[in-house]
Amino acid sequence: MKADPKGVLTGTHFLDGNQACCEGALAAGANFAAGYPITPSTEIVERFASRTPAVNGTFLQMEDELASSIAIQGAIWGGAKAFTVTSGPGFSLMMEHIGYAAMTETPCVFVDVQRGGPSTGLPTLPGQGDMMQARWGSHGDYEIVALCPNSPQECFDLMVDAFNLAEQYRTPVMFMMDECVAHMTEKVMIPAADAIEIQPRRYTSLPPQRYRPFQPCADGIPEMVKVGEGYRIHVTGLTHDEQGYPATEWRTQEKLVRRLVEKIRRNTLKIVRYEESNTDDAEVIVVAYGITSRIALRAIKMAREEGIRAGLHRPIVVWPFTEARLRELRGKVKGFVVAEMNYGQMFGEVERCVAERARTLLVPHGGGMVHHPDDILEAIREVAR
Amino acid sequence: MSEALASQPVNPVEPFLRSERMPHIWCPGCGIGTTVNCFARALVESKLALDKVAVVSGIGCTGRVAGYVRLDSFHTTHGRSIPFATGLKLANPGLTVVVYSGDGDLIAIGGNHFIHAARRNVDLKVICVNNFIYGMTGGQVAPTTPIGALATTSPYGCFERPFNLPFLAESSGAVYVARWTAYHVRFIAHSMVEAFHKKGFCFIEIIAPCPTLYQRRNRMGDGLDTMKYYKQKSVIKNGANTKDVALDFQGEIIVGKFVDIERPTLEETMDRQLHEALGNHYSGLGGQ
Repeated sequence: MKADPKGVLTGTHFLDGNQACCEGALAAGANFAAGYPITPSTEIVERFASRTPAVNGTFLQMEDELASSIAIQGAIWGGAKAFTVTSGPGFSLMMEHIGYAAMTETPCVFVDVQRGGPSTGLPTLPGQGDMMQARWGSHGDYEIVALCPNSPQECFDLMVDAFNLAEQYRTPVMFMMDECVAHMTEKVMIPAADAIEIQPRRYTSLPPQRYRPFQPCADGIPEMVKVGEGYRIHVTGLTHDEQGYPATEWRTQEKLVRRLVEKIRRNTLKIVRYEESNTDDAEVIVVAYGITSRIALRAIKMAREEGIRAGLHRPIVVWPFTEARLRELRGKVKGFVVAEMNYGQMFGEVERCVAERARTLLVPHGGGMVHHPDDILEAIREVAR
Repeated sequence: MSEALASQPVNPVEPFLRSERMPHIWCPGCGIGTTVNCFARALVESKLALDKVAVVSGIGCTGRVAGYVRLDSFHTTHGRSIPFATGLKLANPGLTVVVYSGDGDLIAIGGNHFIHAARRNVDLKVICVNNFIYGMTGGQVAPTTPIGALATTSPYGCFERPFNLPFLAESSGAVYVARWTAYHVRFIAHSMVEAFHKKGFCFIEIIAPCPTLYQRRNRMGDGLDTMKYYKQKSVIKNGANTKDVALDFQGEIIVGKFVDIERPTLEETMDRQLHEALGNHYSGLGGQ
């Protein structure tokens, strides 16, 4: 299906990441958002509140992030495409409803514009410290998808993809921006609506008598209905059977949780996305994402000038992780440098994938300021030695 | 099925229940089932199109109502039924959205959402079964537990002044506020019908026994004894000032319809202002 032209601001614009993210949501067909003000994410919902009434949508500022993150799910079951937007402290509050969305297979998008943490931390300054929280933050076992843009253009493009992935896999999708990408202004090209591919909601064609709300299709994902169509569904955060009814015993739990996990794990190779530069001949590969990937490019250029063959592996989809690709690369290089604005969250993943078959070196940063290219360069030199 | 069985009369409430899920989890003497019976009768009487009615519950004993009614129904997270229902209603304004939950869920963990939804006057019908206790978790003190009453976490008697729910609802902005006990089944059903036909944030408190965890611990007898207490100590005062309807431990219970006023709903205000501001560019509420 192609995008509805109503929400698509086709043309070439000069936008920051937050504005572009909002345009991506509108282009994807989002017609409901709920949010609570929090720096550095608020411009996304400010723009949505201004734009959406003219394109069939609703914005509601809620009393807190708990409310925002569940109001969108009510809207989605009512038939809307919906998302919420926050930053670290609010993201912490939303964990409860990321779990609810995972359990009830509600296709929604959570935007987290990362700032320095923990706690109130650095409200106006960048961080990348929520990467593991995005993956594991709610209790229990589930899988999610997370994307990590490194430019305003990608904030637009990947936001459309985020909605498509949410609908395709009926899963919460985390949109992991950072304050730098959110507030950097660049050229953003928004294509014509008919050039934007949209994954429609997977509504059932079965009549109510034959429809079971959580009976999976062949790909492990059940079809949806919306409220008010006569299906009389029941949806619960309790462990439930295919009819959607609570069944709090281990066999139902095993079947349900296994399916929630496997519907993503089995499709990992279809979902993962990365971008590489100079990896063909590389002896050292820098793994970096978001704004840090752009600093890494500078360090790689400097390394090449010194004769060190360095390259970049940039996960675009960060969850599920680009594990298969790193396993390919690990036999071809001396080692990996991981640069991220935290103390080693994705580094742990890289170490796991590399499994000591090459060197791994972390260039951590607590946030508040991006890495200096020299620090990444120094690590490249160290691994190349 | 034998002919004798086939000719058994059907309980008039049965079509409204997911009978395949019976028996329910509620204890003998619990008041929640009584309120569900009233709810089913109110649905019949109100002649609402049942496919357009959704029930949203939170967590707790009353939170299980959503799982037993044969309607589109959602058992959400603890305290969050109101914001879920708000999103559902705004995205699909043609629905009648009923929030059905307990005092702990709606007023303790969900208290902030309760006052804000009332302030906004979202078109929700909120039914709160108040049994003065956390039943599902085994009888802990609630923000409705009267001073002096025993609970597992107030073993020497509750020290805290409880919320007066009708007053809280009215002062937060509810346009319809009523209170009944589980004894007043016809009044409950009648209030529900009125709420279904009224636009805006409607609140019905139903005082109900929890014989297992509240009545027994406080030596008040069983469910039947509680019904006798409700009958003897309830005073119907329609239009009473909600400031004057606070509850004491085992004291008089003032019941009735306290508030029934007109005020534009969130949806109406939003719609009007967006029309004024955007004219032909505004595409209407609901987005579908």
